[in-house]
Amino acid sequence: MNDDKAKRRYGFETLSIHSGAAPDPTTGARATPIYQTTAFVFDDVDHAASLFNLQTFGYIYSRLTNPTVAVLEERVSALEGGRGAVACASGHAAQLLALFTLMEPGDEFVASRKLYGGSITQFGQSFKKFGWTCHFADPADPENFRKALTPKCKAIFLEVLANPGGVVVDLEAVAKIAKEAGIPVIVDNTLATPYLCRPFDWGCDIVVHSATKYLGGHGNSMAGIVVESGKFNWAQNDKFPSLTKPTPSYHGLTFYETFGDFGYTMKTRAEGLRDLGPALSPFNAFMILTGIETLALRMERHVANAQKVAEFLEKHPKVAWVSYAGLKSSPYHALAKKYLPKGPGAVFTFGVKGGYDAGIKVVEGVQMLSHLANIGDTRSLIIHPASTTHRQLAKEQLVAAGAGPDVVRLSIGLETAEDIMADLDQALSKT
Amino acid sequence: MNHDAYDDAYIRDILKGIKTIAMVGASANWNRPSFFAMKYLQAKGYRVIPVNPKEAGNEILGEKTYATLRDLPEAVDMVDCFRASDAIPPIAEDAVAIGAKVLWLQLGVRHDGAAARAEAAGLKVVMNRCPKIEFGRLFGELGWSGINTGVFTNRRRDTGAKPKKGTI
Repeated sequence: MNDDKAKRRYGFETLSIHSGAAPDPTTGARATPIYQTTAFVFDDVDHAASLFNLQTFGYIYSRLTNPTVAVLEERVSALEGGRGAVACASGHAAQLLALFTLMEPGDEFVASRKLYGGSITQFGQSFKKFGWTCHFADPADPENFRKALTPKCKAIFLEVLANPGGVVVDLEAVAKIAKEAGIPVIVDNTLATPYLCRPFDWGCDIVVHSATKYLGGHGNSMAGIVVESGKFNWAQNDKFPSLTKPTPSYHGLTFYETFGDFGYTMKTRAEGLRDLGPALSPFNAFMILTGIETLALRMERHVANAQKVAEFLEKHPKVAWVSYAGLKSSPYHALAKKYLPKGPGAVFTFGVKGGYDAGIKVVEGVQMLSHLANIGDTRSLIIHPASTTHRQLAKEQLVAAGAGPDVVRLSIGLETAEDIMADLDQALSKT
Repeated sequence: MNHDAYDDAYIRDILKGIKTIAMVGASANWNRPSFFAMKYLQAKGYRVIPVNPKEAGNEILGEKTYATLRDLPEAVDMVDCFRASDAIPPIAEDAVAIGAKVLWLQLGVRHDGAAARAEAAGLKVVMNRCPKIEFGRLFGELGWSGINTGVFTNRRRDTGAKPKKGTI
């Protein structure tokens, strides 16, 4: 079994289709069944006790684990090159769970300033209610993360490919800074997907996704997921008592000692998911799984279409600028070549000549593109962030987040590229 | 043997080939990892005999505890060690002396010298792994908790569980 054949690894497309799934043991069903059940029977009282104590593997209640959801967890974990994963109801729930396992009241973390507007609000406003403080740093220079760190910081959070601005963050440099500080880097990999970038390969420690976007890919189901690399040593310092000290809610169980390199995943499920409650429905897990089977094919076309549309807009007389890391004019072009060699995603922004009013005319003038607040759909989507997704932000935050008044965000879909360009052309002609 | 990366087949053959396990460092405290592993392995049909001088003579999970491997009244197939790495060499010597076929060192436990000694005596050695986790991984149960098992199959999967009472 030591020959090359036994050692070879399955490719990304094969993992996308098969990881985590096996023919159903009872029926032989080949597609993953939707286990639409809230609970699972115990063999006897002792079996139930073992399950509740986490002494054996098995299903209790779908708020914690579910067979359909588990296939999704193992699959995304395999695609990211991770050790384990916890799926949940949305990308926002994933961010909450990822941090909940690490943070105590009074703790702090550093986040990139270039994030989805909803994340900036979640981190900067809502998390205050947990007693957590977020320090934002401009990711253009990785050293800004180091400068923002305090002794109470438990993580660095960033989007490798930021929404909405076409910004690429230097993962390797940030991972080095975090390693020196003895804390993990959490990467929101939603816009890149593991097909375009695998943050664990660059030394990052935890990945979160809004699986609602490209993983599902069809704009029909909400989901989120937290993936752990399994390589972070939680016992290297005393910053993570939640993992290295006995847990009162599990009668003194110590998660890192008991579960080793997937202790973070177990704790995130057993405490975060159990007690905060954002479980993923089995039906949504099935929809996301079905989407993932074609992830590689879709991402190839998404980035090819995005490149065409970005190049078209860059030459358009009504367009002031285009921020897409696939363009040579982008300051992030070199970083994109390094971290996203297959293409820097398909969500980017451009500025319309004429500012706020012109931006609104474009989003109201399109006839095929959809004016809505989502990304990562088969359909091409358009939005004016300043008046919608980033509306809660103050004016200086808008500009800092790459969502100034003239900015229009596109999520390029899988339609015929010429049709996307023609629609944008006619909408721009009305400005 | 490459102790940094074991083939699944190597681990699977060990877990399928053994029946009796001596667990060195078995704890009577129900929230300790060794208690978890012992209870799980018992549920999968293995006989697990606890070895721990502090518990000698007491029962853990229905089995009498012995002070050392050399005190065991019967042969065992595998010695599973919940001890610090530097405590392993004399345990490996004992494992060889009592005729065990496998020396297994738990998560976080590794001693290359003791491993070489045991392998020279014909034992198979696994280090820095947990048999509970490996059993769960190879027979599918670990994936139920969202863990990446790396196991692929195009057949219905045997979960390795022994028949439950009440089934036909």
